[in-house]
Amino acid sequence: MAELNTEHDSHALGMHTEQLAGRTQKVFFSPSADDNYVYHDSIEVDFNKSAEIDAGPMEIKDVNAKIRSLMKEGYGTITVKNPSAKHSLGVGILNRLNLNFEGSLGYFGCGLCDGPNIRISGRVGWSCAENMMAGTIVIEKNAGSTFGAAMRGGDLVCKGDVGSRTGIDQKGGTIIVGGNAGAFNGFMMQRGRIIILGNAGKNLGDSMYDGTIYVGGKIEDLGVDAVEGEITDVEEKWLENKLALYGMKAPNGVKNLTKIVAGKQLWNYDNLEPSEKKLVL
Amino acid sequence: MCGIAGLIHRGKSADIGSQMTSMLQALKHRGPDSTGYALYGDKGNDDYVMRFKVAEQEDLASGFDIHDTIKERKATVDARLKEMKVSIKGEEQVTEYAHRYTISFDGDLKRVIDFVEDVDGVEILSIGHALELIKDLGDASVVAGQYNLNGFKGTHAIGHTRMATESDVDIRSAHPYWAYPFNDVSVVHNGQLTNYWTNRRGLERRGHRFMSDCDSELIAVYIAHRIDQGDDLESAMKRSVDELDGVFTYLVATADSLGMAKDVMAAKPMVLYESDDLIALASEEVAIRSIFPNEIDTFDPYEGEVRVWQS
Repeated sequence: MAELNTEHDSHALGMHTEQLAGRTQKVFFSPSADDNYVYHDSIEVDFNKSAEIDAGPMEIKDVNAKIRSLMKEGYGTITVKNPSAKHSLGVGILNRLNLNFEGSLGYFGCGLCDGPNIRISGRVGWSCAENMMAGTIVIEKNAGSTFGAAMRGGDLVCKGDVGSRTGIDQKGGTIIVGGNAGAFNGFMMQRGRIIILGNAGKNLGDSMYDGTIYVGGKIEDLGVDAVEGEITDVEEKWLENKLALYGMKAPNGVKNLTKIVAGKQLWNYDNLEPSEKKLVL
Repeated sequence: MCGIAGLIHRGKSADIGSQMTSMLQALKHRGPDSTGYALYGDKGNDDYVMRFKVAEQEDLASGFDIHDTIKERKATVDARLKEMKVSIKGEEQVTEYAHRYTISFDGDLKRVIDFVEDVDGVEILSIGHALELIKDLGDASVVAGQYNLNGFKGTHAIGHTRMATESDVDIRSAHPYWAYPFNDVSVVHNGQLTNYWTNRRGLERRGHRFMSDCDSELIAVYIAHRIDQGDDLESAMKRSVDELDGVFTYLVATADSLGMAKDVMAAKPMVLYESDDLIALASEEVAIRSIFPNEIDTFDPYEGEVRVWQS
């Protein structure tokens, strides 16, 4: 098991300045410690060895089983044609893999993934990349609601618009939205970053414990305990580099993004257990 | 859970029966209990199409007398229509308990409807110049086969696959709901209304009637009431987003338009495809894909959003 550190490399870079307290976890998953970690049944694949699957006539479970069997044969680059908005495609891949979907996915696509680099040429439905742990997922068109729900790590990129509740309960990683986002984004997020280059709907960052949201366009309104913060020089650099990775740019430069963080005035930041609370109330 | 779907062709007719069947069959997993259609055919003349049922499907298993009872109910309906001076210009028995009449009448249609529905076990599913509302137990392929819906030509349609949650598995609780007593207005809904009883009591005090305990019927009656109060369709729907509480996405169709509304929490899904010729909406994109084999651009409408399109 990879080591869990109380200090992360990003602290040294000034990326974390927040003082965590109360019930918020004080440990960070270290990518450097994770370098040597592999799942016990992970597969050696060759990225130069490629295969195609025509998902059009296939059942969902058969498509997912075919991806696994190709990985076991050593294929490191797999292209799925005609996904036809089917649900739950590309889920639970705990391996390095280049996976391309030529078309759109339905609901719960690419959830529970840890490691693959996935590219989707179309759109994704609700709950794409739920509980994603590592790797990258890039969607060329729009995404539905609860995009990256409870995501723990990796980069999740939608170049179009997304629905509501993006990054709800997010615990790590980075979500990038090229267009506009609906309401309740970053609701109860605990760590990680959301970058919305367009407009953000109402209740942005409602009850967020930690983490950071950056918005390029207008914010309809902020949720409970979400407040504006100042972008540091390190963050500017990080934002520029991160967006450049995916050929994206902030509309008016990263300096003009609005940064939203947790105000930490809610009950869960007072360091008191419920039993202790009764003593002082 | 339930699945809803809608489509509207701009400026032309198409085989909306087959298209809606494909869409609803793709949504079967969201609701296998019953399937319903509100199909809007081409308006020919001033005649009305009346769809009604004289029993529930489950009644057929209730004893030997039910078959005679069904015949008696139908005869009573015919007699009452005659008494109200309604001219029956065509009639079709679709199932043992479901009928389609073409009628002409130029008086107070609400009085006719109330008089007919006063017959025990009889429910008018729809009356309209363009609307034909069909709903029954089973998935889309079963209902479409039973009612010969494939090949139905028209401009727009809405449909529903129902997973019964708060009311029975029967035709009266199936969607769509006709917005009694307004011609050509129908509703399908996915979600739950939490102020159902408050609104229902208010509408009942104003003289509206409810045929079921299904919260979705409230939307149809609510929209009908607002239109009666002078709102246009879009205004009525915008008002509903504020006044109806709960999580919902619903579609409304009239003789020449199709509208969608989403609650302020955006808790129920809706995927939308829009082009110059056609608008298609559904709870899941897989339903839209069933009539578009090629790659298309779709998106989710946002919270509190109301949209209306004309045919």
